[in-house]
Parts: sequence; structure tokens; C-alpha cells
Amino acid sequence: MKITDLRVDIHGRQILKGVSVTLHEGRVHGLAGESGSGKTMTGLAALGLLPHGARATGEILHNDRNLLELPAKELNKVRGGEVAMVFQDPATSLHPMLTIGRQLTEHMRHHLGLGKAEARARAVELLGKVRIPGAGEAYGRYPHQFSGGMRQRIAIAVALACSPRVLIADEPTTALDVTVQAGILRLLRGLCDELGLAVLLVTHDLGVMSAVADEVSVMKDGLIVESGPRSHVLRTPDHPYTRSLLASLPESPLAPAPDEERS
Amino acid sequence: MSLLTIDDLVVEHRSPGRPVVRAVAGASLTVSAGEVVGLVGESGCGKSTLARAVCGLNPVTEGAIRFEGQPVTPLGLRRRTLTGIQMVFQDPYASLNPRRRVGDQIADGLRVARGSTVTPADLLERVGLPRDFTDRHPHEFSGGQRQRVAIARALAAEPRLLIGDEPISALDASAQAQVARLMRDLAVDSGAGLLFISHDLSVVRLIADRIAVMYLGKIVEIGRTAEVWDNPRHPYTQALLNAIPLPDGQGTLPAELPGDVPDPANPPGGCRFNPRCPHVMDVCRDKEPDFGPVACWLHEPT
Ligand SMILES: Nc1ncnc2c1ncn2[C@@H]1O[C@H](COP(=O)(O)OP(=O)(O)OP(=O)(O)O)[C@@H](O)[C@H]1O
Ligand SMILES: Nc1ncnc2c1ncn2[C@@H]1O[C@H](COP(=O)(O)OP(=O)(O)OP(=O)(O)O)[C@@H](O)[C@H]1O
Ligand SMILES: [Mg+2]
Ligand SMILES: [Mg+2]
Repeated sequence: MKITDLRVDIHGRQILKGVSVTLHEGRVHGLAGESGSGKTMTGLAALGLLPHGARATGEILHNDRNLLELPAKELNKVRGGEVAMVFQDPATSLHPMLTIGRQLTEHMRHHLGLGKAEARARAVELLGKVRIPGAGEAYGRYPHQFSGGMRQRIAIAVALACSPRVLIADEPTTALDVTVQAGILRLLRGLCDELGLAVLLVTHDLGVMSAVADEVSVMKDGLIVESGPRSHVLRTPDHPYTRSLLASLPESPLAPAPDEERS
Repeated sequence: MSLLTIDDLVVEHRSPGRPVVRAVAGASLTVSAGEVVGLVGESGCGKSTLARAVCGLNPVTEGAIRFEGQPVTPLGLRRRTLTGIQMVFQDPYASLNPRRRVGDQIADGLRVARGSTVTPADLLERVGLPRDFTDRHPHEFSGGQRQRVAIARALAAEPRLLIGDEPISALDASAQAQVARLMRDLAVDSGAGLLFISHDLSVVRLIADRIAVMYLGKIVEIGRTAEVWDNPRHPYTQALLNAIPLPDGQGTLPAELPGDVPDPANPPGGCRFNPRCPHVMDVCRDKEPDFGPVACWLHEPT
């Protein structure tokens, strides 16, 4: 997927001012940046899910088609099938009134043409992969019966249900503790390495970025201010904002001497 | 006297046709006035359930919760604001009404804290948002901006106990440090207590006086922040601290805990951590370590 010069404005206010990102097969592109800089908008635009009153220009090429110009019906086919998204707010990914089993299998039966039993088996397997305990029993439960982090993992399972080629994951591990997070990062990395999944990983956590991203872009005010290979951006950043981000992390090599600020 | 005392708390979730989920299975914890307690633990271990019980939003099955010496009773969301406890919910939409301007919602909080001269715009500014965002509705914000609004809303009521359930999980590192410090300062300066639930251990380390580590419904380790951080004793705490991914640009995947994430509807016997513990002994499979500050047979108090 190749995003070129993406511009979005909402009611005349510029939100994205020309964003370009290329996602490659089997690679994770990490997108970091200031809160409110437009990371979520970039992901939403790629799926044609911008909020009301938003206008997008530029190009989002996937399989030689510009997704920005695709009719709604065609786009619907792409979404949830070829290209899937994990939303920042799990509530957006999950319907509150349907069991999670239904939400997982509906997509599969629709996009992959699986039978009922097959779909169920695959759903339970996916729930296990995202570390939901008692997956067989969990299948019949509703979203509100899970913890925040479990809902986030279920949203990941829903996104992966139809074996997408491109995954846009917007802060997919913010509600997870670090050991469960480690499991999810391993799962994503594995899908890239083994099945060639292309991932746009939006995360403000530079530790997560460092663990799985191949390339890293950093956003500020609707623009990408820095972009490059992981080790370059995280070890020898060029932009002052990236440097200030890293400097605020005590574990970073760029952090000032041991913090004695509070004791 | 502690501001908040949680004593051997048990909270169960019951739903028709489903096994009972004992989400909090005998947890004890205190928060003093002017103190910040960080609560960390595995996803699904019962942190939000415990927090909601303190607010009177989840009924207590066994044990007791006391706030300023009084037992906490189930209350509607509305009256809860009068009790001096404010909670920033894990899902910001649970803290905010989607149909009202955020300025008006913050003003509601300010009315609770009678005699305050602060305005909604002041509070937005304090949490790092432009003053003119008061006119917006919650859906017009980015994830991190919405979390800041929820914090401003809670702070407006000048609570004596503030509970933050993953309140800043969507903010970037520098904003996290800034907002976390703000929450700490406001709590400490006004003598309020802060119970801060977070997966971000570096933020907890930055602002908490004490850290409580929860695993499958129980507090398994509690201690002063520096002690727990520098010398974690429970094997679960050790695993947690070891799994923090470092921003070193190396591409190293952090270590996962071995074994399956446990199911609170079907907890293992003995020590709840024993099936995943690298140091497991015979006693761990038989007897639950029902003591503190480290609930582990390797650290039985003498
Ligand atoms: N529905 C909307 N109407 C108007 N402005 C909006 C709307 N949604 C978002 N915005 C604005 O667009 C900008 C970009 O938002 P976006 O959600 O992409 O940020 P983000 O980089 O994902 O931030 P975060 O890390 O906080 O999630 C923000 O300044 C936000 O206030
Ligand atoms: N309404 C409910 N009905 C049934 N089970 C529930 C309900 N709410 C929570 N649970 C279960 O209770 C357990 C604890 O959930 P809780 O939300 O307290 O976890 P948590 O520690 O906050 O996790 P996270 O870090 O993922 O937010 C989980 O196993 C969850 O599935
Ligand atoms: Mg966002
Ligand atoms: Mg929770």
C-alpha cells in the first residue's frame, strides 16, 4: 500500500497536510507522533472511514487502485478483507450487542465463504492466539463481559479473521500489560515474517516501536517530520521532536543521566 | 488513618448461564491522603473491577471498602460525584457524555466543587489542550485529547480520592510524563489520594509512592516504588519488569510469560501463579500464600 501526499481537512481545518507512507509486504511500518498529530486520521483515510465533513485528497494505492476514488461498494469489499483495521478505541471495532463469536465468524463467512463449524473453529483458534483465556467459552460472551485489554485483543482477532494482506493497527496494545503485549507483538511479527502481512502500526510507545517496527515515521501537526529505518530513527534521530520524545524516556540511550528528579 | 481501606475484597461477576467470574479474589490495599498508589498487573486480572467497586459501581461480594472511615455503598453514577471520589474510566466514553460539549461537562464537575473560581478553559489548559476546545463534542478529539478531557472533568470536582484507570494510555511519552505529574501534584497538594492504574510501568515509577502488583484477582506484591522497581521479589513482578520493551532501536521482542493466561472462572489451586512460575515448589501447588507484602512462598514472613 502506498499513501502519497494525503491531505485531509475537516470543515476547512487542515488535519493532514501531505502525508506519504509506503507499506511493504512482510514489514511493519511504525507511526509515532504527538497526540492529535493525525495518526488515526491517516489510518482511517486508508479505509475510507473519515468522519463526517472530512475531505481527503492525494492517493492511497493498493493493488493498483486508488482507494480514495473507489466507490463505496468496492471499498466495502476491500475493508475487512484485504485491508483490516484495529481501531484505537476497541468500542469502535466491536458491536456491544453481539457475541464476540458472532462478530468473528460473520466476517469470515462473508469474506472467506467458510461454513459455520469451520468459522467457529477458526474463531476459537484466533481467540487463543490473542491470549484470551477459556477461548471456547469466551466465544459466546458479549464485549462488556471482558476487561479493557481483552476487548482490545478481541478487536485484533476480528481484524485478523479474514487473513488480511494489510493491517492498520492503531495503538493496538495500549490496554495491555507488558507480558501480554509481548505475546501480541510476537503474533504480529510472526504474521509478517511467515505470511507477508504488511502492517501500519500506530503507537506512541517507542519501546513497542523498537521491538517490532522495521521502518519508523514520526508525525507532528499533520506532517511526517522524520522517517527511516528503525535503528536510525530511534538511535540517531534527526528531528528535534523525535529527540525530545526519546529524551523523555528514562530507558532510552538518549535520556539524560539517571533521573534523580523525585525521591 | 487511611483515606481508602480495601480489606480482603472479593468481587464476582455473574451472568446468566455462565460460570461465576471471581474477578477480585481477596485483595487488600490502602491509599492515604496525599499518597499516590500505582496498581499494575496482567490484562484481565481485576484492576478495573476493583476500581469500580471502590466507586460503588460493582457490588462487593465479600470483604469491605471504607472511604474516610465510612463503608462504600452502591450508588448511582449521579450521586457518586457527591462522595468525593472521582474516577477516570478506562474507556474515555464512559467518563464523558458524547452528546454534550466538553466545556459544559467540565462545568458540571466545577459545580460539585462549590466556590471554585477555575473555569473549564483553565482546566483544559492545565491538561495541555487549547482553551477553545470547550466548544467541541467528545468525538471531535483524538484518542489522547479525549483522555485529557476526561481527566480535566474528574479534576474539576476536586475529589478527595481520584482513581485513574489507564487515564493516559494514549498519550506520547512526553505528554504522559506531564499529565501524570499534574495528576500527582494536584492530588498531593490538596491532600487527596490517587489510585493510578496503568500498564505503563515507567509512568507508575515516575509518580507512585507505592506500587501494588495484581495477579488473577490478588495483590501479589506491594511496596515502596523504588524497592519494587529495583528489587522485585514476586516472580510475577520480575517477569513484568523484564518484559518492558526498550526503545533502543535493536528490534528485540520482549519476553512473554510461559503458559496460558489464566481464567478467573477457573483459577489454578495453590498459588495462583504456580503454573507459570519458574521457581515453583511443591508447597506452591498445595497452599495459597495468603500473606504480604509479597505473596510468594519464597518470601514467607518469619
Ligand atoms: N471529528 C472530528 N472533527 C474535527 N476535528 C477532529 C475530529 N476528529 C479528530 N479531529 C482532530 O484531528 C486531529 C488529528 O486527530 P487524530 O485522531 O488523527 O490524532 P492522533 O495522532 O491519532 O492522536 P492520538 O495519539 O491522541 O490518538 C486532532 O487535532 C483532532 O482534534
Ligand atoms: N460484566 C462482566 N461480566 C463477566 N465477566 C466480567 C465482567 N467484567 C469483567 N469481567 C471479567 O473479570 C475479569 C477482570 O476484568 P477487569 O476489567 O477487572 O480486568 P482489568 O485488570 O481491568 O484488565 P485490563 O487491564 O485488560 O483492563 C476478566 O476476566 C473479565 O473477563
Ligand atoms: Mg489516535
Ligand atoms: Mg481494566
